[in-house]
Amino acid sequence: MQIFSKDKVYDFMGKSVPFIILSFIMIIASYVLLGSKGLNYGIDFSGGTIVQVKYEGPAPIQKMRDQISVDKMFANATITEFGSPDEVVIRFMSSSDSVQEDLGDIITKLLQGTGNFEVRRVDIVGPKVGGELREKGIMAMVVSIFAILLYITIRFEWRFAVASILALIHDISITMGAIVLFNVDVNLDILAALLTLLGYSLNDTIIVFDRIREEVKKSKSFDLFEIINFSISKTLSRTLLTSLTTFFVILTLWMFGGEIIHGFGLTLLIGIIVGTYSSIFVASPMLKWLKFSVEDYKSKEAKKEKRRIEKEKMRAQYEQGIV
Amino acid sequence: MSKGGLNYRLVIFFLAIVFGVGLSMPTFLQTEKGAKISLGLDLQGGLYMLLGVKTDEAIKSKIKSIASSVKFFTDDNDIVIDSLRIKKDGVSFTLVDPDEEKNLDGMINKIPGIILKKDGLNYALSINELEKEATKEYAINQAVETIRNRLDQFGLAEPNVARQGKDKILVELPGIKTGAEEQRARELIAKAAHLQMMTVDELRSDRAYDMSDDEAAEYGDVILQDARNPQQKHVLKEVPILDGSMLTDAKVGYDRMNQPVINFSLNSEGAKIFGDFTGKNVGAHLAIVLDNKVYSAPVIRERIGGGSGQISGGFTIQEASDVAIALRSGALLAPVKLLEKRSVGPSLGADSIRASMLALALGFVLVVVFMIVYYGLAGVIANTALIANLFIVLAVMALFGATLTLPGMAGIVLTVGMAVDANVIINERIRELFRQGSSISKAVEKGYDNAMSAILDANITTLLAAVVLYAYGTGPIKGFAVTMSIGILASMLTAILGTHGLYQYFMPRIEKSKNLNLWFGIKGSTK
Repeated sequence: MQIFSKDKVYDFMGKSVPFIILSFIMIIASYVLLGSKGLNYGIDFSGGTIVQVKYEGPAPIQKMRDQISVDKMFANATITEFGSPDEVVIRFMSSSDSVQEDLGDIITKLLQGTGNFEVRRVDIVGPKVGGELREKGIMAMVVSIFAILLYITIRFEWRFAVASILALIHDISITMGAIVLFNVDVNLDILAALLTLLGYSLNDTIIVFDRIREEVKKSKSFDLFEIINFSISKTLSRTLLTSLTTFFVILTLWMFGGEIIHGFGLTLLIGIIVGTYSSIFVASPMLKWLKFSVEDYKSKEAKKEKRRIEKEKMRAQYEQGIV
Repeated sequence: MSKGGLNYRLVIFFLAIVFGVGLSMPTFLQTEKGAKISLGLDLQGGLYMLLGVKTDEAIKSKIKSIASSVKFFTDDNDIVIDSLRIKKDGVSFTLVDPDEEKNLDGMINKIPGIILKKDGLNYALSINELEKEATKEYAINQAVETIRNRLDQFGLAEPNVARQGKDKILVELPGIKTGAEEQRARELIAKAAHLQMMTVDELRSDRAYDMSDDEAAEYGDVILQDARNPQQKHVLKEVPILDGSMLTDAKVGYDRMNQPVINFSLNSEGAKIFGDFTGKNVGAHLAIVLDNKVYSAPVIRERIGGGSGQISGGFTIQEASDVAIALRSGALLAPVKLLEKRSVGPSLGADSIRASMLALALGFVLVVVFMIVYYGLAGVIANTALIANLFIVLAVMALFGATLTLPGMAGIVLTVGMAVDANVIINERIRELFRQGSSISKAVEKGYDNAMSAILDANITTLLAAVVLYAYGTGPIKGFAVTMSIGILASMLTAILGTHGLYQYFMPRIEKSKNLNLWFGIKGSTK
């Protein structure tokens, strides 16, 4: 089976302007969302308590609210359905540092008489730990971006590195905007999802860049647009197929993986779509703007090749001399 | 024509499959022997806690014990001192008998890490910074040891207690099944189990209800609650006679009323102090204090030798047994506080396993079917590599005794989607070469060559992200990074080397059939 025609070269670069405008609008919208509504930090980063309760039959949310709010400490508690009407999570910002008596126990006592229920999960994160986790999370992002930047600079050239990092920032920004839009609780798993996207979206970009690098060396053309169009077209079926298989599995994870990894799945789903889009429409035009010159690259590669051949020649002479 | 048949790639691939299937079997069959993957607390249910240690309290009790030593030494040598007080940062007292100054100074200077300031016969003792740090450090290590001992004796499966970072303690209890059990474990962990023998201040014992704590402190006294009757209070001398550090054993027993009690015994030093004190103070009251609550305050009738005692306080059998465990494993020098806690009920864990397994199975089937539909037999070859990859991931995890968490499951699911990537890249390259008119064997060989740099660069960058995630992640997130890293590395072996070996093995047959649609999923024929 084949989806894409064999030898057609699509003119991606010729149509790049509207896509760049689209990207800009999405990024600006994302930052507006991030700035106005802001990320909805879950307890991992903000500290607080979560109690997950499962009832026999639908949970009496209103009754629960009335009984819990008797204690002033829980005045700001929110109770929301979690996956099914039987199951709810109670969230509040406070946390206590007592080991013996924790807030989960207090909630359990307050809920007596609301029906038959089972407390299935109590997570408490102290404010100090939350702060530490947030710091570590930001560090993880920064360190991995630098590690990748360095790697690509060594393997390709700095313009490729900068272009791929810009595409990366594009992807992460839009995905974070979507996280705000869909009101996803930002916990450690969302951080893991974002870091995975970092790797994944780069993966896509690098496959295209690898092809561009190859074509720059091989092709007789000096027209960067032509080379980029050719390279993207040639890798298009791969880009879309891999995105599709990954999309499949994340979709099943999102649909069937349970409520706890729902946010994780959603983040990855959006990220994969954005990442695939950016590796085609964002990363490659960036090379042009960064003034990547086919001629310079070719002459540099030619010099490198010349040096390599000379070295080999010298080695051969040397070895012969020994014999 | 290629010769086909066995080749080194195929042999390595075959060995990798044997390794993968062999080592993942114990996990699948849950055999007694062999390394298995253990389930994380989020999947099997249990209690995870990150505790902090209130190290300032350790310094306070260090100061208290210095006061006790001074009291014991002066009592023992008949040196008269006055107004022995425990202050925030040290101990102070006045020496009454100047002749004993040398003797006393000699004893004090033997206490390590102490700073002695004298104003005539007024003594002020404090601890230096080095000793403070050492005390804090010791308190943390001792807390780890103590909590571990207590949980080992509690009888839960595989408790894990470890120091984390500079001043944190990680506690993982997978065996917890009910809320009541969790509560009991938490109480056992946090119980200070600080046993003290104290003297009742006979002069002021009738002022227990009208004296403030500050006023009591001026007389060198403390007012403590009774354990059985919280309304009742006792006025005690602040400096204890001895404490639980000299305890050697504690057992549950029964008193004459058949009530559970805790019988404890002291080491020889403790027995001597206890014997000497009771011998000199017949007729006075002795208070047995546990965690700042007075359990009993009987009258001393005679010298008590042998160094054993009893705590009675209307315990239930379970309480008595937990207190005995706590006493045996030693007091916590400093109280612990909760920094982070995650407890997952077993039913939620089971739900999570079921849901993530379903997602894994469905995702897997989708990918496998898609690959066959799109690539024909080349898809079957890629799928072989994918299945081998799954086994190898599980085998390596079992080998290292890794823990499978819910994010870890997600990592495996994601690996399934991404592991076929290498084969997609290779197959696309092969198809491209066919279109350029390459022969079958040349297209396959060159396809692998052309695809290699892209696959390597792409995998290494993803691996970089995973390594960073591992370095900065905690708990379950580390699990995600681990499964993803192993998946990527294994896919290089299976998807690149393994499939290449399979093509070489089948090459004569492919060349004979010339059916590109069957083998590679594209129409057309070749030379």
